Amino acid sequence: MFNVENIRKDFPILSRTVNGKPLVYFDNAATSQTPQQVIDVIVDYYSNYNANIHRGVHTLSQEATDKYEQARKKIQTHFNAKLAHEIIFTSGTTHGINLIANGFSSFLKKGDEIIVSALEHHSNIVPWQMLCERTGAILKVIPMNLDGELIMTEFDKLLSDKTKLVFVNHVSNALGTVNPIEYIIEKAHGVGAAVLVDGAQSSPHIKPDLQALNVDFYVVSAHKMCGPTGVGMLYGKEAWLKKLPPYQGGGEMIAEVTFEKTTYAELPHKFEAGTPNICGGIAFGAAIDYMNAIGFDTIAKYEHELLEYATNKLLEIDGLKIYGTSKHKTAVISFNLEGIHPYDVGTILDKLGIAVRTGHHCAQPIMDFYKIPGTVRASFSFYNTKSEIDVLVEGVKKAKTMLS
Amino acid sequence: MIVSITDIQNEIIDEFSMFEDWEERYQYMIDLGKDLPLIDDQYKTDSNIIKGCQSKVWVHAEMNDEKLVFTADSDAIITKGIIAILIRVFSNQHPKDIIDAETDFIDKIGLKEHLSPTRANGLGSMIKQLKLYAIAYQTQLK
Repeated sequence: MFNVENIRKDFPILSRTVNGKPLVYFDNAATSQTPQQVIDVIVDYYSNYNANIHRGVHTLSQEATDKYEQARKKIQTHFNAKLAHEIIFTSGTTHGINLIANGFSSFLKKGDEIIVSALEHHSNIVPWQMLCERTGAILKVIPMNLDGELIMTEFDKLLSDKTKLVFVNHVSNALGTVNPIEYIIEKAHGVGAAVLVDGAQSSPHIKPDLQALNVDFYVVSAHKMCGPTGVGMLYGKEAWLKKLPPYQGGGEMIAEVTFEKTTYAELPHKFEAGTPNICGGIAFGAAIDYMNAIGFDTIAKYEHELLEYATNKLLEIDGLKIYGTSKHKTAVISFNLEGIHPYDVGTILDKLGIAVRTGHHCAQPIMDFYKIPGTVRASFSFYNTKSEIDVLVEGVKKAKTMLS
Repeated sequence: MIVSITDIQNEIIDEFSMFEDWEERYQYMIDLGKDLPLIDDQYKTDSNIIKGCQSKVWVHAEMNDEKLVFTADSDAIITKGIIAILIRVFSNQHPKDIIDAETDFIDKIGLKEHLSPTRANGLGSMIKQLKLYAIAYQTQLK
């Protein structure tokens, strides 16, 4: 039985105060908080079996290696990848995206096309622009409508035999829109293009079945799903990962080195040069265990309740406008008060102990689309409560009074 | 007779010490932000812009009788209020005094957080810009 008050006890940070007020943490889309169960795993690692992995014959190294590889298995099971070596540990989503963009350099030629969506985060636009500069490929953009949804009929028109790669986020970070990736994957495969899905914003709320999706690549960050920063996952179909050249050279990723030639290691090590974030990987596994113990169906249902409650309450405020009004969205509300800069609202809310994100959310093209400098974004997690939303609503009203 | 930068800063510290809580302090800044038409529209150009990640700040400087006069503006009202305070301190002063001025009065009125680089509102860069203008005009005076 889901009991939010019990869940909250797992998160020590939720009992602190900010500016003399109880913390209301609504910046979950930027990073999620960490439960004691995950913190304990981090402490246990450094207290009991900190060692470099995959090379030592000594006991500590063996223990660390076992835990690290167990974590890979947990991640594989969670995302339902076919093979454990299709899971590559990365430093996070951005690393995963750059790894693929870099790898595709050798597959693309002048005139080839890459399709991205208008809903992308900067980290999802820049690597592709760089890839296009290197290869002469052309970047095409799937446009969005006023609700913040991608227009699929326009996507259909962009597809052709020139399309080599389609890149889209599963959920938009700025607006929370859940994109129809099933449709996008199927259509892209129809013209022989590969698909990379950014799961940074979906993975805290949705448990994707990567085999059923038939997606070629999927990337996530642990810190959005109750894990630590600096670690993430790149999933790639085995055939693709074998074909892609290594991204970084170094230890771990080689089989044999002479000055004449180096043979690369087998998957997944080919893409894991150097000493990885061992503790982070193990803690990522623990975070996945933690979320699964609550259950993603339970999480999704509860967060949807929070979203509806907050949407209704906020819309009662005169002059408040919500950006991103798709029927399919995660628990994210991006909004502005008429005539008031989001920075001012965020500043007042901070004084009241409420953490929200303000600004363009690294998604300037979306802000340009709506012709606004940015928004205030409240993003909810399963450990948030309706009474916290009440605090937010009162805070927004207060900000409005002070700033009008 | 120009009131010195230090005297103005002390005046402001005194004023702020009368506020009981953050709300009064912020309401005062918001009101300052609202009241002051800070910059002539012709100077709200891209070359006068200091881009923060979140709010924009425009600054214009001109010399008047060996004193440097600043006008500035922002699209966010709290940022604008802080600008009004900065203008009150630094505008209408000799470039040399602006260059030599300390800025720790900002800590003393509880606004330090707004000038940290992570705050991304352009204000940290604004003080630097005011001082750079002063250096440039000081060179001219010599």
